[in-house]
Amino acid sequence: MKILVPVKRVVDANVKIRVKADGTGVDLANVKMAMNPFCEIAVEEALRIKEAGGASEVIVVSVGGEKSSETLRTGLAMGADRGILVKTDAARIEPLAVAKLLKAVIGNEKPDLVILGKQAIDDDSNQTGQMLAALLGWPQATFASKLVLADGSAEVTREIDGGAETLRLKLPAVVTTDLRLNEPRYASLPNIMKAKKKPLDETSPEALGVDITPRLEVLKIDEPAKRGAGIKVGSAAELVGKLREAGVI
Amino acid sequence: MATLLLAEHDDKSLNEATARALTAALELGAPVDILVAGLASRPAAEAAATLAGVGKVLLADDEALAHRRAEPVAALILSLAADYDAIVAPATSSGKNVLPRVAALLDVMQLSDITRIVAPDTFERPIYAGNAIETVRSRDATKVITVRIAAFPPAPSGGAASIETVAATDDIHLSAFVGADLSVSERPELSSARVIVSGGRALGSAEKFAEVITPLADSLKAAIGASRAAVDAGYAGNDLQVGQTGKVVAPELYVAVGISGAIQHLAGMKDSKVIVAINKDPEAPIFQVADFGLVDDLFTAVPALVEALKP
Ligand SMILES: Cc1cc2nc3c(=O)[nH]c(=O)nc-3n(C[C@H](O)[C@H](O)[C@H](O)COP(=O)(O)OP(=O)(O)OC[C@H]3O[C@@H](n4cnc5c(N)ncnc54)[C@H](O)[C@@H]3O)c2cc1C
Ligand SMILES: Cc1cc2nc3c(=O)[nH]c(=O)nc-3n(C[C@H](O)[C@H](O)[C@H](O)COP(=O)(O)OP(=O)(O)OC[C@H]3O[C@@H](n4cnc5c(N)ncnc54)[C@H](O)[C@@H]3O)c2cc1C
Repeated sequence: MKILVPVKRVVDANVKIRVKADGTGVDLANVKMAMNPFCEIAVEEALRIKEAGGASEVIVVSVGGEKSSETLRTGLAMGADRGILVKTDAARIEPLAVAKLLKAVIGNEKPDLVILGKQAIDDDSNQTGQMLAALLGWPQATFASKLVLADGSAEVTREIDGGAETLRLKLPAVVTTDLRLNEPRYASLPNIMKAKKKPLDETSPEALGVDITPRLEVLKIDEPAKRGAGIKVGSAAELVGKLREAGVI
Repeated sequence: MATLLLAEHDDKSLNEATARALTAALELGAPVDILVAGLASRPAAEAAATLAGVGKVLLADDEALAHRRAEPVAALILSLAADYDAIVAPATSSGKNVLPRVAALLDVMQLSDITRIVAPDTFERPIYAGNAIETVRSRDATKVITVRIAAFPPAPSGGAASIETVAATDDIHLSAFVGADLSVSERPELSSARVIVSGGRALGSAEKFAEVITPLADSLKAAIGASRAAVDAGYAGNDLQVGQTGKVVAPELYVAVGISGAIQHLAGMKDSKVIVAINKDPEAPIFQVADFGLVDDLFTAVPALVEALKP
C-alpha cells in the first residue's frame, strides 16, 4: 500500500505578514517559509502508518517553484521515501489546479490513500482535498482527528461543529488532517543528511497535461481594518462599569 | 437566474448559520432557493420556508442523506446545479466539507469564506489568518461560495415559501456513517452567541476550566470558547476552539481569560464588537486588541468579576 502526501510551502505560522502598501499582495521577500503545519501532520500520519506496517511507501508531492523542493526535503527528512515536485513558476496556483495536478500524479503513482492538510495557512482555502476526492471519484474524510486502517477501508474520526463523527471510507480515499490528529516529529540531523540522497523527481503542469490558468482574478489585497488598543481597567468592578457604559451587558 | 443555498441543519431544526448565509445569498441579487438535505428533515425545511426572501425550499429526504456525507450531498447539489448560477453554503464544517466537491465537479474555483459581496462576481475574503483581505473576481460561469457566517447578520423571518421535494441521487456507498459524539449543551451556540467567554492554557486543567469559566459564562448568558492550547490539553472540546483553524466568531462581547492572543487566535475573534482580556502578563498581545484589559491573576479576577456582575 502506498500513501501520497501533498505538501505546501507557506509562510511560517509564527510570521506576522505585511500587506504591500500598493495593494498588490503580501510582502514575502525575506520572510521565513516552512511546510504548512497541517501538511506536517499529514506526513506524520503517513509515516506512523508505514512504521506500524500498514504501508510500504510514503511519497511527498509539492506544486510550486524550485524552492518547494526544500519543503519536499523536509518531508523526506521526516521519513518519507521519495518526493515529486510539480514545478511551475506561476504566481498563483489555485486549489482546483492543484487538485487537477495531484490527480494526474495519482494516475501515475496509484496510491491507496492520499492525506492532505485541511487548509493551507496562507490562503486558508480549505478546498484542495475535497476537490481532489471529487475529481478522482473517491470518498473523503476531512478534518481528521483519528485514522485507523483496516483491510480495504479507513475509519476516520472527524472534528465537526458540535463534536466529532466517525466515517468508514472504502479505499482508495482522501483524508485531510486537523490539528489533533498527531504531533509531528522533528527531523533529526542524520535524517536531514540522509534526505539529501533520497529520490526527488520533477515534473511540470505541461508534462501532466493540466491547464493551471487561474479562475479567480485578485483585484487587490488590503490590510484589514485596524483595531485600536483600548484601556486597562484596575478592577473587576471598574470593568463591569465600563461594560455597562458600552451597553454590552 | 437563481441562487441555491445549502441549509445548515440537524433535520429537526434549522441552524442560524442558514439565515446568515441567506443574507449573503440575497445580496447576489437573484432569487434564492434553499436546499434542505437529510433524513426526516421536514421540520428544518419548514423553518427554512419562514425566512424572508426565500423563493422556494427544496427538500431532499433520503436514507443516503442522513448525516449529510459529502459524496451523496455533492451529487445531489450537482443534479440541481443546471438551474442555478450561484451555489452558496455557510462556511460551517459541513459546508466546507461538501462545497469544494461540488466546485471541482462543475470545474469552477470555489470562493471560500467570503466576508463581503462587492458585486455578484466580486468578493472579499480574509487570507493569512485575517491579516490581509483579498478582493477576488470569479470568471467562472457558476459561482460556488462559502460564507463566513460571523460576517453577515441573520435574515429575518416572515416568509412563507413553498416546499418542493427533490429526489436524492443513487448512493454509491463509498463511505458509511459509523457514529457521532456530539456535545449537548444548554448554552448558546458559539458561532451565533451574543456573548462569549473563552479560556486558555492558563486555566491549567479541565476541572479548573469548568470551575472558573462556567460561572462567568452563566452570569453573562454566554457561550464558552477556548484557545487551541486549551483544546489540545483537553480542557475543552474541539468544537469550542476559536481561531484561524477553529471557529470564527464576532459576538457583541468576547471575554478572553488566560489567553495570550496568538495571531491564530486573534483571527477567530478580532471582529468582536467589544473585547475584554484578563491576563496576568501586561505585555500579552491580546491587550493590543482588547477594548478593556484587566491585568490580574485570573483565578482571583474571574470570581471577582462574577461577584461584581451580581445585580
Ligand atoms: C498574495 C498571494 C500570493 C501567493 N503566492 C503564491 C506563490 O507564489 N506560489 C504558490 O504556490 N501559491 C501562491 N499563493 C497561493 C495560491 O494562489 C493558491 O491559493 C494555493 O496554492 C492553493 O490554495 P490553499 O493552499 O489555500 O489550498 P487549501 O485547500 O487550503 O490546501 C489544503 C492542502 O492542499 C494541499 N496543497 C495545497 N496547495 C498545494 C501545493 N501547491 N502543493 C502540494 N500540495 C498542496 C496541501 O496538502 C494543503 O495542506 C498565493 C496566494 C496569495 C493570496
Ligand atoms: C497551524 C496552526 C493553527 C492554529 N490554530 C489556532 C486556532 O484556531 N485557535 C487558537 O486559539 N490557536 C491556534 N493556534 C495556536 C496558537 O498559535 C497559540 O499557540 C494558542 O492560541 C495559545 O493558546 P493560549 O493563549 O491559551 O496559551 P498561551 O499562549 O500559553 O497563553 C496563556 C496566557 O495565559 C496567561 N496566564 C497564565 N497564567 C495566568 C493567570 N493565573 N492569570 C491570568 N493569566 C495567566 C499568560 O500570561 C499567557 O498570556 C494555531 C497554531 C498553528 C501553528
